[in-house]
Amino acid sequence: MNWIAVKSIYMFEMARFFRTITQSLISPVLSTSLYFVVFGAAIGSRIEQVEGVSYGSFIVPGLIMLSVITQSISNASFGIYFPKFIGTVFELLSAPINFIEIVMGYVGAAATKALFIGVIILITAFFFVDITIAHPIWMVAFLVLTCISFALFGFIIGIWAGNFEQLQLVPLLIVTPLVFLGGSFYSITMLPPVWQIISHFNPVVYLISGFRWSFFGSADVPIVTSLFAIAGFTALCLGVIWWIFRSGWRIRQ
Amino acid sequence: MPDIVEITNLRKAYSDGFEALKGVSLKIEEGEILALLGPNGAGKTTLISTVCGITMATGGSVKVGGHDTLTDYRAARSMIGLVPQEINLEPFEKVMSTVRFSRGLFGKPKDDAALEKILRQLSLWDKKDSQIRALSGGMKRRVLIAKALAHEPRVLFLDEPTAGVDVELRRDMWNIVADLKADGVTIILTTHYIEEAEAIADRIGVIAHGELLLVEEKSTLMARMGKKQLEVQLTKPIDALPESLRSDALVLSADGCKLIYTYDTHAERTGITKLLSDVSAAGLVLADLETKQSSLEDIFVDLVKEDAA
Repeated sequence: MNWIAVKSIYMFEMARFFRTITQSLISPVLSTSLYFVVFGAAIGSRIEQVEGVSYGSFIVPGLIMLSVITQSISNASFGIYFPKFIGTVFELLSAPINFIEIVMGYVGAAATKALFIGVIILITAFFFVDITIAHPIWMVAFLVLTCISFALFGFIIGIWAGNFEQLQLVPLLIVTPLVFLGGSFYSITMLPPVWQIISHFNPVVYLISGFRWSFFGSADVPIVTSLFAIAGFTALCLGVIWWIFRSGWRIRQ
Repeated sequence: MPDIVEITNLRKAYSDGFEALKGVSLKIEEGEILALLGPNGAGKTTLISTVCGITMATGGSVKVGGHDTLTDYRAARSMIGLVPQEINLEPFEKVMSTVRFSRGLFGKPKDDAALEKILRQLSLWDKKDSQIRALSGGMKRRVLIAKALAHEPRVLFLDEPTAGVDVELRRDMWNIVADLKADGVTIILTTHYIEEAEAIADRIGVIAHGELLLVEEKSTLMARMGKKQLEVQLTKPIDALPESLRSDALVLSADGCKLIYTYDTHAERTGITKLLSDVSAAGLVLADLETKQSSLEDIFVDLVKEDAA
């Protein structure tokens, strides 16, 4: 294992994040605050409690997931797309490193950045609403797993993308709807029965449900199902990445 | 010197069926400078990319320092540095951090003293904290070399290091290459500038249409393939060659003042003695004599023409 290479890629990517630390943090903090003002205070005050939790508190796990998922994908996809775009990818391909090390470096950094932002949003939330975390260890576990799995997914998008439009396409057209319809702002039990069934095909439902369970102890789907769903998604992404590097798809001619 | 790079029957066909390498075999000695000369699209970059692991071969094998580049890629690649043809650099990075990154990528522990030596050698030390986008084109090329040298490779591939650079920078680059050779680095460079190969290479390989046409010592190549011309300056111009002097090898210059005789230095008889006696027998008076050696360029053009024919 070339640990020095993993560390080099990781530190190089993190340096990019810290160079733009203000933008990286202000934007999620600002948008979360807006969500709390609009949904928590303005609209939330007219909504009954959901599963025994005030609406403002109820949306906290979903909001964190929303940011963490989009950040993981955009950080990881940009992280690997950029060297492809400017041509520096030759260095990765000619270095004595294997795909696991490349993935660990890029995905590790992307997941760390997303985790950082998730924690900042959680801290922001404490200023607006009352939150109790029923299962802190599970909360951390879900958060970390989500960061990693979606960073892996973002990495695949970054390798697939042939231009900047494609880089934005999957997050915009697929991920944002899935996250919004995944129960970020509601419990899927609030939906009509048909939509409840359809929702079960949305993988994000399992993530948000499990994550919300770690806060409030109640879930839309069984917690074990959530864990299997996220483990399955991670395994699928790893499999695709393994195939990409084996076949050289879109990176090695 | 032992061979440090051993390329055996290397083939590369792209998915569209284009065969960029048609079974190239080449041995590179440790410590030498080998210039791969060829026109655009000859397969020079594909050859380098395949050795370095950027392109996957469709056949054949490559060994670097005895390590196979596929089965033992870590050991093989650790020995290789690559300077690509295009200036591929992150514009917002600083020189030092990008060079440090390259070293780390090759698994070498941080050693800023070693990097300082490299940057000083390339006259980049005072630019170490500059952003890459603020550097001139020539400086950017030096940064690419510094990155390639950051892990102290024993073999350095330079893909068209002087394509599109001015004369002064080209000479600079040649000096850098000479310094590296003095440090014991084996250098393989591709170029389509013949004078570049002539100026710095120990051996020259000519590649065209995905095939290696020949690899020879520069001096042997020039001596073997070299033709010489003898120019005989006459005191008075003549209208036509006298009958007794007519031959394929001899032509009269347009102004009628010079006889130009082409001969092979390695032939058993060059025919010079006979020519000179024939010239005086024909009553022509000599003013001066001059010989010219054909350049590598002439040899190269001949070879590629032959291959195309």
